[in-house]
Amino acid sequence: MLRVEIEKCIGCGECESACTFGAIVVEDGKAVVDADTCTMCGTCVDACPEDALELDRESGAGPGIDLDEWRGVWVTAEYRFGSTAPVTFELLGKGRQLADDLGVALTAVLMGSGVSEHASELIHRGADRVLLVDHPELENFRDEIFARILARLAREEKPEVILAGATAMGRSYIPQVATMLETGLTADCTELAVRMEDRALLQTRPAFGGNLLATIVCPAHRPQMSTVRPHVLKALEADTSRQGEIVRVPLSDDDLKARVKVLESVMEESDGPGLADAEIVIAAGRGMESEKNMEMVHELASLLDAGVGASRAVTDAEWLPHRAQIGQTGVTISPKLYLGCGISGAIQHVVGIQGSDMIVAINKDPDAPIFDLATYGIVGDVKEILPLLIKRIRQERGA
Amino acid sequence: MKIAVCIKQVPDASTVRFDKEKGTLVREGVESVINPFDYNAIEAGLSLRDQFGGEVSVVTMGPPQASEAVKEAISLGVDGGVVVSDRAFAGADTLATTYTLAKAIEKLGQFDLVICGKQAIDGDTAQVGPGLAVRLNIPCVTCVDELEAIDDGKRLRLKRMCEQGYDMVEVELPALVTVLASLNTPRVPSLKGKMRARKTEVPIMNAEDIGADVSRVGLAGSPTQVASTTIPTFDARREMLEGEPEQQVDALVDRLKEAGIL
Ligand SMILES: Cc1cc2nc3c(=O)[nH]c(=O)nc-3n(C[C@H](O)[C@H](O)[C@H](O)COP(=O)(O)OP(=O)(O)OC[C@H]3O[C@@H](n4cnc5c(N)ncnc54)[C@H](O)[C@@H]3O)c2cc1C
Ligand SMILES: Nc1ncnc2c1ncn2[C@@H]1O[C@H](COP(=O)(O)O)[C@@H](O)[C@H]1O
Repeated sequence: MLRVEIEKCIGCGECESACTFGAIVVEDGKAVVDADTCTMCGTCVDACPEDALELDRESGAGPGIDLDEWRGVWVTAEYRFGSTAPVTFELLGKGRQLADDLGVALTAVLMGSGVSEHASELIHRGADRVLLVDHPELENFRDEIFARILARLAREEKPEVILAGATAMGRSYIPQVATMLETGLTADCTELAVRMEDRALLQTRPAFGGNLLATIVCPAHRPQMSTVRPHVLKALEADTSRQGEIVRVPLSDDDLKARVKVLESVMEESDGPGLADAEIVIAAGRGMESEKNMEMVHELASLLDAGVGASRAVTDAEWLPHRAQIGQTGVTISPKLYLGCGISGAIQHVVGIQGSDMIVAINKDPDAPIFDLATYGIVGDVKEILPLLIKRIRQERGA
Repeated sequence: MKIAVCIKQVPDASTVRFDKEKGTLVREGVESVINPFDYNAIEAGLSLRDQFGGEVSVVTMGPPQASEAVKEAISLGVDGGVVVSDRAFAGADTLATTYTLAKAIEKLGQFDLVICGKQAIDGDTAQVGPGLAVRLNIPCVTCVDELEAIDDGKRLRLKRMCEQGYDMVEVELPALVTVLASLNTPRVPSLKGKMRARKTEVPIMNAEDIGADVSRVGLAGSPTQVASTTIPTFDARREMLEGEPEQQVDALVDRLKEAGIL
């Protein structure tokens, strides 16, 4: 609960302007908290010049576990359809840095069937050690089994941090592991760091549709667990000279009990490199005005060898298939260049493009919110700008 | 078939505004709606009931006003529902939420199937469904895109989506599934349903009613805490390319060349 010490409050309003949720207002010269909207983030406590605000976070005590028993950083490797998911290498890159900061080893946990030959690559990408769980029963992904094994290993070895990809698989079984271990889990992180004084993992994620970044900690429980959005962190180059240890984990029948049966596992054909992997993305919005005008987008994309993405307005209109949708309910991208054409920049769209190195927006409305996050903005009509841009790039290419 | 559907009331995303000057979310006049994916969860429950009989109940944890969400679900055809509400539940993260929901569901009886939405659009965690399954000790299948009851409703055959494709799986009941928007098209409220909703007094269950240990609910039961929040500062990078269209395009091409993109 956030409490106001009425005697100390001078009604200056610093808390009111600091609160991003509108949960504290000054009424009749005193700060008043709306308990239903207050998220207990503590921004107002820091802002108050009179120390009149106090936050008791009762969860501080926790289950009384000995935090010092828990050491080491773990990354769960994701292996499906015959290959290791790229997010695994991104996690290892960040995990390496966190492990070095904490002065501990980085362990990768690899589960699957016939996956042994992929263990050394995890070492080349930064792991000191691989816990290898290779068993025919792990051929298909089944939540129960994967969750039970990871939870058992974590109880035995007590890592302080476990990271996983925020993929369909990670988002399915990792919450089950966290519940089994009765610990905290932060979903869809975009940034991770260590606070050295208490070895806390600072887990940053977009909140409230991406208008805010919240940094989450898990002070009194271990392990500290996060799922991390793919395409946000940078992987290390593979270094084949790196040495590490590969530990085979034996399984018992109890580990392998399951109430779910996988009948078949189907990999669908995808046409070329996915949108999520494209280095340049041309994104179309309602401002393209018609399906016919989409030709300009496709032409520009093929010139630049770019992926074509869209806002929901465009996929709803079926100018592009649903899988082209970028944003909260679509894919997240982190290309070198995102070029938004006739996109307003609604929060649900924008959360999907924040990892882009450069954002360029073309929109005829100078007040379109997308300009707030554009590296370069062009106020103009896409029907005028795009043909000119295509022509200029042709010239460049010709020269 | 006895089915529980977990629904959450969320702020209507299309009406939340962001005041850039003050850096605050403006929630005045913002309406609360049922989380979009939870409509698909309700529909999945209703169509199974239409096929096999039984009943569908909705469960929601939230402030007392969440009874509006339950009433809306009743107008769509669910048989009943409860709001799980207590001051002590405030500030719950997903671990505390799953504990609370599991206690409530256990109190309400034995269910063959628990259905959740894929994720709630306010927090987007997608953690409540899988965590709840562990609490209830039932198997969990997430991201369901097709659902068919087989063996006279004793098992489900499901299509579970992932990035690269999909799995066809079978699960014994009782089980928990989380559903995608592509699973079905939610029905609209019927007149009869609306009338029934209007007459319904939605029961509220508090911590004591569900037999919850108060140290495990709300903020007290939440391992995660918000350490700080920041407003992403986009403005720092902003440059508008001025002039006639030709000049704007030239300037852009120059910038792209500088950055090594062209
Ligand atoms: C729960 C929920 C989830 C959602 N998830 C997503 C998501 O994942 N991804 C997503 O994209 N959206 C999502 N949305 C929808 C989102 O809120 C917006 O409605 C959508 O992104 C708007 O698309 P738009 O920018 O193309 O269209 P609009 O908002 O209509 O903007 C069109 C823009 O084009 C400009 N324009 C018009 N004509 C021209 C022209 N000739 N030249 C240049 N500019 C022009 C206009 O000035 C305007 O800014 C979601 C919404 C909800 C409620
Ligand atoms: N407070 C709640 N009350 C009832 N159901 C919830 C609640 N929070 C989450 N859920 C359910 O869990 C799903 C996933 O939510 P989340 O994990 O918050 O993204 C939702 O679609 C709901 O079905």
